[in-house]
Amino acid sequence: MTVVTTPPTPQRNRSLLGGRRVYRPNTKHIPVLATLALLIVMYSIGVYNYDSFGDTQVFLNIFVDNAFLLVVAVGMTFVILTGGIDLSVGAVIALTTTVAATLLTAGWPAGVVLPLVLLIGTVLGLGMGAVIHFFKVEPFIATLAGMFLARGLALLINRNSIPITNDFWTQMAQKRFRFDDGVFISLNVVIAAVVVLIAALVLAWTRFGRNVYAIGGNADSALLMGLPVGRTRIAVYTLSGFCASLGGVLYSFYTSSGYSLHGQGLELDAIAAVVIGGVLLTGGSGYVLGTVLGVLVLGLIQTIITFQGDLNSWWTRIVVGILLFAFIVLQRLVTRKAK
Amino acid sequence: MAEQLKMTGIKKVFPGVVALDDVDFRLLPGEIHALMGENGAGKSTLIKVLTGVYDIDGGDIELAGQKVRFTGPLQAQQAGISTVYQEVNLCPNLSVAENIFIGREPRKFGRIQWSEMRKRAQVSLARLDLDIDVSAQLDSYSLAIQQMVAIARATDVGTTKVLILDEPTSSLDASEVEQLFTIMRRLRDEGVAILFVSHFLDQVYEIADRMTVLRNGRLIGEYRTAELPQMQLVSKMIGKELEALEQIEEHAREATVTERGTPIVDARELGRTGAIAPFDLTIHAGEVVGLAGLLGSGRTELARLLFGADRPDHGALLIDGKPHTVKAPREAMAEGIAFSSENRRTEGIIGELTVRENMILAMQAARGWTRPIPRRKQDELVDRYVKALQIRPADPERLVRDLSGGNQQKVLLARWLITEPRLLIIDEPTRGIDVGAKAEIQRLVAQLADGGMAVLFVSAELEEVLRLSHKIEVLRDRRLVEELENGDDVDADRIMQTIAGGATT
Ligand SMILES: Nc1ncnc2c1ncn2[C@@H]1O[C@H](COP(=O)(O)OP(=O)(O)OP(=O)(O)O)[C@@H](O)[C@H]1O
Ligand SMILES: [Mg+2]
Repeated sequence: MTVVTTPPTPQRNRSLLGGRRVYRPNTKHIPVLATLALLIVMYSIGVYNYDSFGDTQVFLNIFVDNAFLLVVAVGMTFVILTGGIDLSVGAVIALTTTVAATLLTAGWPAGVVLPLVLLIGTVLGLGMGAVIHFFKVEPFIATLAGMFLARGLALLINRNSIPITNDFWTQMAQKRFRFDDGVFISLNVVIAAVVVLIAALVLAWTRFGRNVYAIGGNADSALLMGLPVGRTRIAVYTLSGFCASLGGVLYSFYTSSGYSLHGQGLELDAIAAVVIGGVLLTGGSGYVLGTVLGVLVLGLIQTIITFQGDLNSWWTRIVVGILLFAFIVLQRLVTRKAK
Repeated sequence: MAEQLKMTGIKKVFPGVVALDDVDFRLLPGEIHALMGENGAGKSTLIKVLTGVYDIDGGDIELAGQKVRFTGPLQAQQAGISTVYQEVNLCPNLSVAENIFIGREPRKFGRIQWSEMRKRAQVSLARLDLDIDVSAQLDSYSLAIQQMVAIARATDVGTTKVLILDEPTSSLDASEVEQLFTIMRRLRDEGVAILFVSHFLDQVYEIADRMTVLRNGRLIGEYRTAELPQMQLVSKMIGKELEALEQIEEHAREATVTERGTPIVDARELGRTGAIAPFDLTIHAGEVVGLAGLLGSGRTELARLLFGADRPDHGALLIDGKPHTVKAPREAMAEGIAFSSENRRTEGIIGELTVRENMILAMQAARGWTRPIPRRKQDELVDRYVKALQIRPADPERLVRDLSGGNQQKVLLARWLITEPRLLIIDEPTRGIDVGAKAEIQRLVAQLADGGMAVLFVSAELEEVLRLSHKIEVLRDRRLVEELENGDDVDADRIMQTIAGGATT
């Protein structure tokens, strides 16, 4: 008796193998393209409706005003790509600016303060990453705790807004890169651009970057494939912590102050930018370029509302809310269609 | 000869189950060693304990004479152990090439060399006789190809000393299995120690030099393949003689459908571009229809159309003689059509729920969520199928995630059986299921058909299709090429010929 038999080998049929692949368009780019289209539409509406909206400087100011958000959102992109979330970034900005302002007022040299505040955010990120990995705590919970911790520390240090008068800080804040036709960008924009560039390269060309995607795709599989899941996860939160504190430094350049209530709700802006930029909230799919576009969308909404003049600034939130819905639904549709 | 790998006194306890109890295992260099046992015997657990996925509760592991204890798959991999775990464990969102190389991508100054990587991936798949677009995303390919990619990943490492393959062949067709065996033989001749798990006894006898049998987490013994006849192996695995298996042998062929009436499902010129060419198919109550064909011949696609999982773009579907557009699985379910998917990992089993919850899921959905099934009724039903399908451990309150692969498959099958559908579509129901349970499932199917249920049976195992079906639909290149009434003149060779395209009657 034969208990189990496999069919005898048939003639090898190559066309069969070729035909086995199910055709599927590259759905990965669709969200990014959608954001780009949205951006162009919004920009055109602006140019059409408002005088001087089309000035190059108006466009560049979006970058000037949102450079810190861009840096924070880049860190957030890494976290969300792994399928996680980092709620602490807004509070880390507050802590960074408060510590920087306090120490600078106390007469510490900028050369010490700057690395120190960057270190604070990074270490906090490392701590949250470690808690998430070693104690298997949900990222949402761990970073929520991180958020309270950072905000609380900032409030403990000083409840009031502290002006920054340090020479180096003022210099950095006032530094402008001018182009031929008189338009300019601030130092913040240059720093943000460098961060974006490095992040894009890291994600596309390094093992660390690819591991980030792998974990977002399927963390259990990534572990069985022998990828350093724990190390990568911790690194991602550390990175986000670093980006948040760097964002804080840029913010203190931008506002020339340190304040424990800076950056309230900024984590949500960062998450919104990342999602509108087409990064899948469940992880594993998306690009830094998308995040840049997402930040631009947020900035453009603000600009339009400013130009309109008679609209309450809460409209920004409302529009962002609607867009978020739209993009999450779009992602659903795209991923479902792909199935 | 000195062992490449030696495990002694291995013990592993999960809450409520002793998965491994004092198991010894050794693997010699240059041998292919089969690890045999029923579903839930502890094969996968032994592998995961070895590669550090699970902590070990007792015992020692020696690799080439050195005592080792891995903290994770990464460490095991670095020590020269390459593993293909049961079920495809790859990243669906990455490209095929990346899935083969991630973690050891070719780099220059820390920068991944993509084109080099794609080239190497192509070569590595060519060795498995597979020629596909390696830059496409993994989940755009069928399960079989994903399995081949996983195999390519494990066999591509030059430094491998131990290669572990946990049911690598369950979703492959015969020719793909041959390719795999060719590679395994070559690696063996190069001195690699290979551990192979499969429920296909023919495959084991073809490839393995020696085997180790586990039963209920205990070591039964270690044998040379040549010295252990198949029947003896099976009785060692299941712990008793197996007359049970033989009973169903002739069953289906004799039973004929006496009374025909209106077919439950009548597909006329039904088709979907790119998935399956238009086909005609009728299924009557009490009829078992088998779908035969190679993987990728359109078997699953055909089944999905009938169930409304995909929408047809051609032809018509009549249910009970009335035209019907099943647009969604829910509508098919309302008509009493059930579909048990081949892909249990992504489409079926919900690991975080218990066995009981998983089983009643489809039935509850059919009744609507406002009418909960009384707990007593649930327990009764679940108990019946846990027994009928020999699900082990026989504990309905256990999380499905903690069951062995084969037992998960049984739970999925039970989910649909419980709904007592009029037409049950089962895609590869016996994949990864041990011989004893396989016979049970086949018997259950035959029994249900006798009771008036229609069954559409999709399986890569021709013998199984032949044994159960009244009528066999043969598919080739996404086209239904022939319908055969199952009779004495129909045998595996006859079907194979049709599948291969040289049908002459
Ligand atoms: N993570 C876990 N938690 C609890 N129990 C588990 C876990 N993994 C496996 N088990 C139990 O350990 C036993 C052995 O399972 P294992 O997966 O090793 O079986 P197997 O021999 O590989 O079976 P199959 O042929 O079905 O794959 C089973 O009873 C299973 O329910
Ligand atoms: Mg197993």
